[in-house]
Amino acid sequence: MIDREPPYPRKPPLSNAEKLARMAGIGLVVLIAAGAFAYVNGSLDPQRLTPARVVNVFEQSNGVHPGYRRNHPKGICVAGYFESNGAAASLSRAQVFASGRTPVIGRLALPTGNPYSPDSAAPIRSFAVQFTQPDGQQWRTGMNSMPVFPVGTPEAFVDLLKATSPDPKTGKPDPAKPPAFFAAHPEAQPFLAWVKTAKPSASFVTETYNSVNAFVLVDTAGKRQAVRWSLVSEAKGDAPAPDAKDYLQQDLSQKLASGPQRWSLVLTLANAQDPTNDASKAWTGDHKTVNAGTLVIDGDSSQLDGNCRDINFDPLILPNGIEGSDDPLLAARSAAYASSYMRRTSEVDQLKAAPAQEKQP
Amino acid sequence: MSTPTAHFAPLARALHWLMALMVIAMLFIGAGMVASVSERHEWLLNLHKPLGIAILVLVIVRLIVRFSTQTPPLPADLPGWQALAAKLSHYLLYALMLAMPLIGWAMISAAGDPVMLSSSVRLPSIVAAHAETFAFLRKAHRYLAYLFFLTILMHLAAALFHGWVRRDEVLDSMLRGK
Repeated sequence: MIDREPPYPRKPPLSNAEKLARMAGIGLVVLIAAGAFAYVNGSLDPQRLTPARVVNVFEQSNGVHPGYRRNHPKGICVAGYFESNGAAASLSRAQVFASGRTPVIGRLALPTGNPYSPDSAAPIRSFAVQFTQPDGQQWRTGMNSMPVFPVGTPEAFVDLLKATSPDPKTGKPDPAKPPAFFAAHPEAQPFLAWVKTAKPSASFVTETYNSVNAFVLVDTAGKRQAVRWSLVSEAKGDAPAPDAKDYLQQDLSQKLASGPQRWSLVLTLANAQDPTNDASKAWTGDHKTVNAGTLVIDGDSSQLDGNCRDINFDPLILPNGIEGSDDPLLAARSAAYASSYMRRTSEVDQLKAAPAQEKQP
Repeated sequence: MSTPTAHFAPLARALHWLMALMVIAMLFIGAGMVASVSERHEWLLNLHKPLGIAILVLVIVRLIVRFSTQTPPLPADLPGWQALAAKLSHYLLYALMLAMPLIGWAMISAAGDPVMLSSSVRLPSIVAAHAETFAFLRKAHRYLAYLFFLTILMHLAAALFHGWVRRDEVLDSMLRGK
């Protein structure tokens, strides 16, 4: 039992000046704490690249299309399964690589910033896939039909976006900016060389989609192997794209009506000297590849109410047995996608409204 | 009738200071990770989730300790509005310690994301995947975090006011004792 000395030990009263000084001391402590918080959350540093600022650059470049993804907004939901052949189970302990089926939800899309872009607006297509393992862990991956990314860092990517964005004054991109950007970024040359030869495909199903970024597979013993992966299409064809605004969705539905569409999941194992932290660089020379199984797509649905709509294809949502690499784009994609997801999920009620104006890019 | 205690119970004090450290770390981790696109984002996010669940577990223990131990009364000469502010701010702090981890957990569930505490530990989802629910919870998580930080600043200022200006036994009751 504690006896309280009533009232409590009296201390000599403070003078007004002393009181003021102590109040100022308290104010200072609070100010320092608040300042530290403002420093950490980026308020004091308008130059810091934050997820919100990255997404703002997309919005400035593309306009805001409420409810849509801030990048690759034009797409179609697909569904099916991955049939693993077990060949990658020795490389990764993830359940998805054990022999058997894993259900998938996917999304095929156009890598522009406008949900009303013509399908030929870019010679690239993208495929995002979510694998849901029996243990509830998921593997989400967003792949593109290009072999390498234009640049290797989020800072360079934002500068590239800015260089190709419309000038707020004229409403048009400044033609001097892209050459200046590419002169300053020689790492973009492999992408530029590829894009020169690339043509918009007539179909999503004839394309091969690449992870572009590197990841790390971890086996049951903890052994690590850096990889990039690709979905290699079984359907072949290089028919020129039709002269129409929208053709990919119709083509996909027709192909699916005639039967499921298949891609092989091919893992490319990094050699010792391959860069894992730079998606702008191809892995050249001989590489061991492992065909891990077949992705089978047997259904599609509109992205406005399909089951892929509310999936954030964050490339760092990974099951035990697959990890991100030291590629700085992975964390940036994860962070920026979260910001885009937060914005668009607040706007889903606006998706059903007819577009006020179909802005052509 | 027992004499009112002058100090919080040792376990209550230990929980207070441990959780003070964890909650403040958590607020800074959260603010830092949503302001970063570097590897720090991933690193902080992987710290944020298990730390949040640890806070949820500890606040439940703390509430039990709070209700089962004696709490020192506020000084009798404290102005009414200050006593009221003290009472309400403590309710708010407890409510936020409980709500923030639950909202974080629910928000990841509503996004349809697996709730991963580490590369292999997964918690069950506590709400169904639903975009609008996610958007609401995600905003609540942000604004309540700011409210949490402001309440902690007021709590800190008030504690120092008791210790440095009023020089009563309030700050001491959490600093020392048997």
